[in-house]
Amino acid sequence: MYNSGKIIAGLVVFLAFFAFPFYYNLGKANARPEPKLNTPVIQQLAEKKCVESRDFMRSEHMQLLNDWRDSVVRDGNRIYVNAEGKKHTISLQNTCMNCHSNKKEFCDSCHNYMAVKPYCWSCHIQPKEDKS
Amino acid sequence: MKIVLPLVAVIMLVVLAFAGVQVAGMQFLFGVLIPYLAIAFFIAGFIYRVIKWGMSPVPFCIPTTAGQMKSFPWIKQNKLDNPSSTMGVVGRMALEVLVFRSLFRNTKTELREGPQLSYGSEKFLWIAGLAFHWSFLIIFIRHFRFFMLETPFVIQMIEGLDSFLQIGAPLLYLTDVVLLGAVTFLVFRRLAMPLIKYISLPADYFPLFLILGIATSGILMRYFMKVHIVGVKEMVLGLVSFNPVVPEGIGVIFYIHLFLVSTLLAYFPLSKLMHMGGVFMSPTRNMANNSREVRHVNPWNYPVHVHTYDEYEDEFREKMKKAGLPVEKE
Repeated sequence: MYNSGKIIAGLVVFLAFFAFPFYYNLGKANARPEPKLNTPVIQQLAEKKCVESRDFMRSEHMQLLNDWRDSVVRDGNRIYVNAEGKKHTISLQNTCMNCHSNKKEFCDSCHNYMAVKPYCWSCHIQPKEDKS
Repeated sequence: MKIVLPLVAVIMLVVLAFAGVQVAGMQFLFGVLIPYLAIAFFIAGFIYRVIKWGMSPVPFCIPTTAGQMKSFPWIKQNKLDNPSSTMGVVGRMALEVLVFRSLFRNTKTELREGPQLSYGSEKFLWIAGLAFHWSFLIIFIRHFRFFMLETPFVIQMIEGLDSFLQIGAPLLYLTDVVLLGAVTFLVFRRLAMPLIKYISLPADYFPLFLILGIATSGILMRYFMKVHIVGVKEMVLGLVSFNPVVPEGIGVIFYIHLFLVSTLLAYFPLSKLMHMGGVFMSPTRNMANNSREVRHVNPWNYPVHVHTYDEYEDEFREKMKKAGLPVEKE
């Protein structure tokens, strides 16, 4: 091979870049987040159910919250009718955070794992938690 | 046919992944085996292609000379367009790779009424190519948040900049829009310009359609047909730490996206996409124009036996003297 020094150096850079996830994660545990649902309010609920189904909330909650914000702020509408026809008050602090009062163990567990930084708390007051 | 074939191929890939996961339930095949094979083939194939190029000799010193070469001290050399030193070559290569300088010089030839031949600057290919490659790179780097348990600050910063307009939820990435626009332009460019269309082959359309498919499936997955994203990251981390897991309930669109990316990786070493490595291996770009200072020896020159004048004179000196011919050594 001609210019083998330069070519091998280039290939090392290539490998360093593309094989990075493989050697970076060597011997690291794959810790899946487990959002906690054991707040006092949730434990007292007769039917442990969010405003929509678990699967819907898991993938669509950000869209729902965005729609809720637009509904309240732009249309002044504070009533949300879910898929079952049940009515809920649209409020992050009084509806969502009433049950999910454990932001650190609920919201943050997945958001930190996915490196997502929602800007909810740049307007809303971040809940003060006893456990920290 | 040149357009329909690659389009059908990409559609078939989507259908294959959809049927395999949704109907046949082969999550392990599409989520673990195929990605592993594709990555292994990509890395091995890439290295093989580069080493094979490295084996081929460069018989002549053939850098492109697009400016004044190094000459007398009072003639100003164009160090970037006609480099004579390694630093110049590195500079030219860096600008070529980062801002596509040679595409910037692209010209368009037109036969107008008259008949009159006219030449003009053509910057759209350069702009669209630049937009496409840079957004692709940013999107690629952004995806590292799925590959690392703790996302480094740099990647979070890139992501923050990319979504700074804060449109919708999840936040709209600018690079998604730019990439889709640029690839669409590059497809239409091939279709709309008759001369380009004439020389375009299935191997030109296939990567474009494939990348369009990858971008579309990714955009669908992020904004429209949302998937169980925590499960996705768990699965990806499982793949890269060699402990593959297949979490339940990830949407099929993720498997389509992954299968198209695997196809791109496996196709990469076989295709013109190898220009990623090839640009560094181009003798017209990676050589210095120093042929008046350094003799370039053709590596496959056959060792020819030469009979120099000195040897000739040694052999015939006496006879030359007798014949009265001048000799160099007495």
